[in-house]
Amino acid sequence: MTEPVLEMKGISKEFSGARALVGVDFRLFPGEIHALMGENGAGKSTLIKVLTGVYHPDAGQVTLDGEVVRITSPLQAQKAGISTVYQEVNLCTNLSVAENVFLGREPRRMGAIHWARMRSDAAQLVRRVGLELDVSAPLGSYPLAIQQLVAIVRAVAISAKVLILDEPTSSLDRSEVEQLFAVMRRLKEQGVAILFVTHFLEQVYEICDRVTILRNGALVGEHMVAELERKRLVQLMIGKALGELEELTEHIRPAVGKAMIRAEGLGRNGAIAPFNLDVHAGEVVGLAGLLGSGRTEVARLLFGADHADSGKVLIDGEPANLRTPNAAIERSIAFCSENRRAEGLVPELSVRENMILALQAARGWTRPLSTEKRDELVARYMKALDIRPSNPDLPVSSLSGGNQQKVLLARWLITQPRLLILDEPTRGIDIGAKTEIQKLVVELSEGGMAVLFISAELEEVLRLSHTIGVLRDRQLVSQIANAPEINADRIMEIIASGAPA
Amino acid sequence: MMSPAMRRRLPAVVTATLLVAMIVSGYLRYPKFDGQAIYDLFIDNGFLLVAAIGATFVILSGGIDLSVGAVAGFSTMFAAWLIVRQGWTSWLVILIVLAIGTLAGLLMGAAIHYLEIQPFIVTLAGLFLFRGLCFVIDDNSISIRDPFIAGIAEARFQLPGGTSITLSAFIAIAVLAVAAYVLHYMRFGRQVYALGGSEQSALLMGVPVARTKLAVYAVSGFCSAFAGVLYIFYIQSGDPSIGVGLELDAIAAVVIGGTLLTGGTGTVLGTLLGVLVFGMVKTILNFEGTLSSWWVRIFVGSLLLAFILLQRLMVARKTPAPA
Ligand SMILES: Nc1ncnc2c1ncn2[C@@H]1O[C@H](COP(=O)(O)OP(=O)(O)OP(=O)(O)O)[C@@H](O)[C@H]1O
Ligand SMILES: [Mg+2]
Repeated sequence: MTEPVLEMKGISKEFSGARALVGVDFRLFPGEIHALMGENGAGKSTLIKVLTGVYHPDAGQVTLDGEVVRITSPLQAQKAGISTVYQEVNLCTNLSVAENVFLGREPRRMGAIHWARMRSDAAQLVRRVGLELDVSAPLGSYPLAIQQLVAIVRAVAISAKVLILDEPTSSLDRSEVEQLFAVMRRLKEQGVAILFVTHFLEQVYEICDRVTILRNGALVGEHMVAELERKRLVQLMIGKALGELEELTEHIRPAVGKAMIRAEGLGRNGAIAPFNLDVHAGEVVGLAGLLGSGRTEVARLLFGADHADSGKVLIDGEPANLRTPNAAIERSIAFCSENRRAEGLVPELSVRENMILALQAARGWTRPLSTEKRDELVARYMKALDIRPSNPDLPVSSLSGGNQQKVLLARWLITQPRLLILDEPTRGIDIGAKTEIQKLVVELSEGGMAVLFISAELEEVLRLSHTIGVLRDRQLVSQIANAPEINADRIMEIIASGAPA
Repeated sequence: MMSPAMRRRLPAVVTATLLVAMIVSGYLRYPKFDGQAIYDLFIDNGFLLVAAIGATFVILSGGIDLSVGAVAGFSTMFAAWLIVRQGWTSWLVILIVLAIGTLAGLLMGAAIHYLEIQPFIVTLAGLFLFRGLCFVIDDNSISIRDPFIAGIAEARFQLPGGTSITLSAFIAIAVLAVAAYVLHYMRFGRQVYALGGSEQSALLMGVPVARTKLAVYAVSGFCSAFAGVLYIFYIQSGDPSIGVGLELDAIAAVVIGGTLLTGGTGTVLGTLLGVLVFGMVKTILNFEGTLSSWWVRIFVGSLLLAFILLQRLMVARKTPAPA
């Protein structure tokens, strides 16, 4: 057997009293794709950040190519041949795509940055993952999924012996995931060791050779993927068997009475063609479509985050002017954005303050919530969503990625909206919590809430929605009632052909 | 619809248009406004340009430097004191004050980075310290009679059409060229922009954050001292109250030149435009003759406000473009 290219032994890390890692061992072989799995907050990202010198471990040692190393900064990690895509997109949105890809390694000619070559090289690298981008445009002008792909392009371009991908697929669609996997396979053949974090079991079974499982900061075990059953893997991750989500019994609920919210010819130039859409109380409307098909744009128009050029919105049959998010919040509309870092959480504030933000805004600053009421609400939703660690006074930035996502969700649930818009609510959320959130959505809609549910995961949309809107090329091409015979393939067909069902 | 890249350049384009409009109207309205008036813009504002270049580095990196004017003032006083009172060789003295300015910037940068104190606070302390030191040296100005200084101060290049430009103005333009090269063509420049975009991301992307931040404040300190040296050539003396408020003028010029106060976006060429607009306002009010010099401030203030509003608008419009 070959020697591991990387070995971590007895790694421990504590954050002001909270133990994030306890004596974790981890090894990585060349030419191998190794999944690192565990619940939200299990310590995956922390292990990675210890490895790349962002955090300094309290104990343990790292061996690279058989030599003990002390890595103290991401720069040093890069120089040692470790290239990383961190969980949240960690690039500079003010720089162009090309600059992001090459920052720190810009091609030079006689000491000066060779801009023309940098741009053409970047364009070529980007094309290799199936993207056509203007590489001189600022990264921030592209949606999150593209930014995530650019981060991957950057990491792959640094020809490294160890490639670390911390949930790189969370905002990608199937086709992009396929592109990424093709790249990963190619690198694997070249002998690169790849560490891959994901919450998607199918992806683990599709591409990974070996899996290491963490739970509550401790190592549970290392297995060959081929020798490990799915059920067993889940059990190892969450420490117990996973309850199945009961099938939704009444898929097709006749839409009774007036729609809670209705869009008539609502559209915005360059973002989404005019569309009609009804969401009834107690109904879950799912939106399906590929990356950039206009899913998020529909949501932003209904929430007043963007201005519509045409059409109108009716709430309970009355025309409503949703020019700003505030107007929408006043009408009891909540929008849980996909981009939690840019538009969602305030990292400096505590979990409690982040959770209470939207409710407070809806009430207006002159009518503050009473302390008891606030604490009660916060406690209720922390429990309902199983936010860990369950201390509302921690700064939200110290939570794991998945738990931050839950805080954002809680913020909007607390407002008890009449229309809840969820844009990729289960992104980065572990498999156990995901079922919990799906259950919650079902419960809420049964309680009379209207829900607009957006997800790149078709299965999820199919499981929850009563009605499914299919988008393609910034057009709402079809709206179909969910029925047992409708499956992911059928939806994909509609997306591909653009024809209504 | 405007492309994102174009939208980023919009403020600089607006400034350039404004500048051209001012020059054309100046030319049409005042018979004495000729080619020389344009060169005078550089001659009279060389020190502001150099100070603003330093400020551009700092602001691009997401920081702020309030010590610019004080460091410049101190440089004139300390140099005058060394040359006049201690009889030191003038060119050596110039190198010394440049080194002191750089070191001061470096130390402030270190305090900002390692002690994690707000740049605003650290450089405000620097402002008080250096302004205080000016008056420790002397309450009054010290005039310098030194052949080397006088030689540079009076050196002029004749240009076609009976116009001329001073060596100092030339030096300021040279500093600009170097700064533009550093920001655009050197990796250090990219790192400054990255830092201003997001310090966290820059760190994770392997930017040596500590080194870059220290260097940025060192550049600003160097430019401040350099502005002081240009002052010396301009007035051939050291003055304890020279450069009061220079940092604010510099910041205003930087912002008018299209650099975002939040960091990460802007260019030194924009800063040049900002400085020239600043200079043109002064020139026009001079030609008018009847208006008090406070109108310069009022006008620049309104301009600044307009530009900050413009920036706000741009940021507010920054919804992701179609994929
Ligand atoms: N900077 C920090 N300060 C304090 N606590 C932290 C910090 N970073 C992480 N933690 C804590 O360490 C634990 C492990 O977090 P980590 O981010 O490694 O989880 P994860 O396995 O990556 O989860 P996810 O799947 O949600 O991304 C969590 O309890 C988290 O709250
Ligand atoms: Mg994580």
